[in-house]
Amino acid sequence: MLKLVLALVALLVCSPAYADDFAGAVRALNADSFSDKLTAADTLAALGDGRAAAVFEAMADGRLYATADGTILIEQSGSYRDAVSGATVAASDAAAITVNNRLRGALRAAAGQLGLLNSDPVIRQQAAESMLATPNPDAADTVRKALAAETVPAIKALLSQAVARLDLADSDPAHRLSAIAQLAASSDPQVRGLLQPLADGDSDPQVKAAAQKAVSSIENRLGLIGIGVNIFQGISLGSVLLLAAIGLAVTFGVMGVINMAHGEMIMLGAYSTFVVQEAVRALLPPDYFGLYLVIAVPVAFVVTFAVGVLLERTVIRFLYGRPLETMLATWGISLMLQQLVRSLFGASNREVANPAWMTGGIELIGGFTLTYNRVVIILFCLAVLLALAAVLRWSRFGLFMRAVTQNRPMASAMGIPTGRIDAATFGLGSGIAGIAGVALSQIGNVSPNLGQGYIVDSFMVVVFGGVGSLWGTLVGALSLGLVNKLLEPYAGAMLGKILVLVAIILFIQKRPRGLFALKGRSVEG
Amino acid sequence: MKFMRSLGLGLLAAASMLSVSSAKAADDTIKVGVLHSLSGTMAISETTLKDTVLMMVDDLNKHGGLLGKKVEAVVVDPASNWPLFAEKARELLEKDKVAAIFGCWTSVSRKSVLPVVEQLDGLLFYPVQYEGEESSRNVFYTGAAPNQQAIPAVDYLMSKDGGEVKRWVLAGTDYVYPRTTNKILESYLKSKGVAADDIMVNYTPFGHSDWQTIVADIKKFASAGKKTAVVSTINGDANVPFYKELANQGIKADQIPVVAFSVGEEELAGIDTKNLVGHLAAWNYFESVKSPENTAFIKQWHDFTKNPKRVTNDPMEATYIGFKMWTQAVQQAGTTDVDAVRQAMYGQKVKNLTGGVAVMNTNHHLSKPVFIGEIQADGQLQTVWKTNGVIKADAWSPYIPESAKLTADWTYPWVCGNCTEPKFKN
Repeated sequence: MLKLVLALVALLVCSPAYADDFAGAVRALNADSFSDKLTAADTLAALGDGRAAAVFEAMADGRLYATADGTILIEQSGSYRDAVSGATVAASDAAAITVNNRLRGALRAAAGQLGLLNSDPVIRQQAAESMLATPNPDAADTVRKALAAETVPAIKALLSQAVARLDLADSDPAHRLSAIAQLAASSDPQVRGLLQPLADGDSDPQVKAAAQKAVSSIENRLGLIGIGVNIFQGISLGSVLLLAAIGLAVTFGVMGVINMAHGEMIMLGAYSTFVVQEAVRALLPPDYFGLYLVIAVPVAFVVTFAVGVLLERTVIRFLYGRPLETMLATWGISLMLQQLVRSLFGASNREVANPAWMTGGIELIGGFTLTYNRVVIILFCLAVLLALAAVLRWSRFGLFMRAVTQNRPMASAMGIPTGRIDAATFGLGSGIAGIAGVALSQIGNVSPNLGQGYIVDSFMVVVFGGVGSLWGTLVGALSLGLVNKLLEPYAGAMLGKILVLVAIILFIQKRPRGLFALKGRSVEG
Repeated sequence: MKFMRSLGLGLLAAASMLSVSSAKAADDTIKVGVLHSLSGTMAISETTLKDTVLMMVDDLNKHGGLLGKKVEAVVVDPASNWPLFAEKARELLEKDKVAAIFGCWTSVSRKSVLPVVEQLDGLLFYPVQYEGEESSRNVFYTGAAPNQQAIPAVDYLMSKDGGEVKRWVLAGTDYVYPRTTNKILESYLKSKGVAADDIMVNYTPFGHSDWQTIVADIKKFASAGKKTAVVSTINGDANVPFYKELANQGIKADQIPVVAFSVGEEELAGIDTKNLVGHLAAWNYFESVKSPENTAFIKQWHDFTKNPKRVTNDPMEATYIGFKMWTQAVQQAGTTDVDAVRQAMYGQKVKNLTGGVAVMNTNHHLSKPVFIGEIQADGQLQTVWKTNGVIKADAWSPYIPESAKLTADWTYPWVCGNCTEPKFKN
C-alpha cells in the first residue's frame, strides 16, 4: 500500500514512460493464487498508470479475461479489447480471471485512488464517494492532495468530509477537534461508528466531550430517521399485503366465496410473468428486456381471468351458499393447480430477474436506502386499487356487480344476467390476483408454493378490514404492515408476527365484521 | 388452517400411495426405499435426490446389479408432512421389506423416521448437511456435520483471505438446524475472543419474505467500523427475497460478505445472481470443481434427466457417496442383512466427486473435504478455499458443554451413539 501512495505521488510528477512495465504488470495479474494476484495488482497500482483504473474496475467486476497465450482482455458488453493496447480483438478461448472478496476490495480501493486524480469530474466524484464510504488511512495523503487540487464544489465537499474522517485519527488534538466539528452535522451511522471510540476514551478531555456531544446528536437524528424508515417499510409491507388481498376482497369480500385457491391465482400470475420473460428474452433484443414486466401485466390478467371464469362456471357456481363445501373444493383446486404447475415447470424455483429500473435504490440520509422495487410496488398497488374502485363505481359492469351482490332476485328481475356477472366477478378477482403475482414475482420466489405464503395474510387483511369493503382492505393492509414493522425492531420477526395475530383475534372478538363493517340489508342477505 | 392443510396433504399422499405400485418381492431383486418429498414445500429440494437415487440404481443394474440380483427402487412420497415420513418408512420396511432407505431432508423429518428405523432395525442413509448432535445405530449420515461446514467457513472469514471479520451476524430460520448451528458457532466465536457485543443473532419464520428491517439492521450493525460478515442458516424459500433485498439495499460482498450453509447450485438456479457475486457458500462439493469423477457424474446426470441445464449439488454428492458405500458394504458382506452391512460400512471408502476419498467412521459420519466458494454471475460457485485433506465429522460438537462429554462410536468397547463412557469395560 505504501508503494501505491508513492506511485501516486510519482504520477503527479511525471506520467508516461512506463509502457513496457505496464504491459508486464497487467500480464502478471493472471497469476495462479489470489495472493500472487494481489501482489501483481499492487505492482500495477505502483506504476501509477491511469489506464490501470479501467483494468482494476474490470477485474473487480470479473470482466478481465486472459487468453491462452497470456494476453489480458477487458470485456465490455460482449466485446473484448486488449487491456494494454486498447485494440478490439476477437476472443474465443479467453477465460475470466477469478477474484475473491479480498482482491475485489483491494482492486476497488486502488481504482478509487487512481480515480481521484482523473481529469474527468464524473470519475472523480465516484472515486470521492467510494473513498467516503470506505475510509482508508493508507490513502490519506492522496485524498489531501486531491482536495487541494479540486475545483468542483460538490467533489470538494465530499473530499473534505473524507479528510475529516481521516483526521479523527490524527495525533494533534486540535485537528481531531476541528474534524469532530465538521462531522457533527452528519447523519451517517458510519460517522457515529468512527466517533464512538473518541467519545469512549480520548486522551484529550476536550476532544472527548466534543465527541460525546456529536455522538448523541447523531444518535438523536438517527433515531428520528429510524422512525421514518420504519414507517416506509410498514407502508411497503402493507402494500404487498394489499396487493395480495385486493383480489380476495372481490372473490371473498364481494361474492362471499371462501376462495382457498386465491394464492394459486397469484402463483399463476407469477408464472405468467416467468413465461413472458422467457419469451421476451428469446425474441426481443436485450435492450428491451426491461419491458417484459409491462407486457406481463395484461398477460397475467388474461390468464388468471380465464382460469377464474372456468373455475366459477365448472365448480364454484354449484356451491353458492355452502361455505364449507366451497372451502374444501377451492382448497382441493389449489392443490391441483400447484401440482399442475409442478409438473409443467418443475418443483424448483424459477428465476425472474428484476428489470434494471427495479434494481437497486438510492441512498437517502442515515444509511437508509430507498429501494426502487418497493417504491414501484407501492405505486402499482395504489394504481390497481384505484382502477378497481373506479370499475366498481362507474362502469356498467360494476353497477351490475353491485346490484347482483346486494339483491340477486331483484337484479335478475331487472334483466341482469346474474350468472354471467358472477363468472365475470370471480374472473375479475382472480385476474387481480394474477396481476399481484406479477408484482410479487419481483420481490420473492417463483415456485409452486408461492401462493401458500400469501393466502393466510390475505384472509387476515380482508377479515380485519371488513368483508366487502375495498377501503377497509386498504386500511387493514396498511395498518397491519405498519404495526408489523413498528413491532419488528423490538420483538423480532417471529414474535412480532405472533403479536399481530393475537391482536387481530382480539379485535375480531370485539368487532366481528372488521374495521369497516357494511351496514344495511345486504349484510343479512 | 393447519389442520386443513395436513388433512389435505394426507389425502393427497393417500392418493399417491395408491398410484405407487407395490410390486411383489421376487427373490431375484433387492429393494431399496426412496423416502423424499415429491410434493409440498420440500419437493423443491428433495425431488432432485429421488432422481439421483434412481439414476444410481439404473446405473447399478446396467453394470450387473448387486450380488447377482437386480436392484429395484421403491419410491414413496411423504409429501413434506413429517408424521407421514414415519408412516412411509414403516411401510417401506414392513411391507416392501427394503434393504435400505435413502431419504429425508429436514432434520424434523429425520427425527420422525428415527424411532421407526430403530424399532424395525432398518438402515437409513441421510444425505443432507445438518446440525449434528445425533448418532443412531440405524442411520448413516453422509451430509456435513457443523465442523465440516460452519466452523471452517467461520475460520475462513477470520483469515486474511476472508477479510479478517471481527463482527458477526448469525441469521437463521427458526428451527432446530439453525438454532443448534448458531449455538455451536456462538460458543466457537467466543472461544476465539469475539465479544458478545460483536455477535448479532436473528431468527425469522419459515418462508419469511419481508427482509427490509433485518437487512437495514445488518447494515446498521456493520456501520460500527469493524469488518462484518453474515453467517446465514436461512433455509429454503426465504433465501430469494433475502438476497434480493441485500442487492437492492446496495450491500456488496466485499463490504459485508454473506456465507450460507443452505444455498447451493440448485437454489441459485432460481435467483438472478448478477448482484450477488462474491457472497459465499460452504459445502463439501461444488459442481464447478474439476475432476474426472465429477465430469463423469455431471454427464451421467444430464443424460439421465435428459436436461443439459440441470445443476448438481452437495446433497446429490452425499447421496452418491451413501449409495456407493452401501453397495460396496453389501458386496463385502455378501448379504443385505442390516447387521452385516453395518459392520461392513465402517472404514468403507468411496472416491469423492471432488477428488480425495470419503471414509465412513464408526460414529456413522463421514470424513470429507470442505470447500468455500464465491457465487458467480452464472449461478455457479467458484472455490476460493479448501481444506488440505479431509475433516472427520463430529457427531457431538465439542463447543456445546452438554454434548462435549458425549462420544459416538459403534464399535467395541463403546458400541454407543451418545455415551460418556464405554459400554463394555475391563
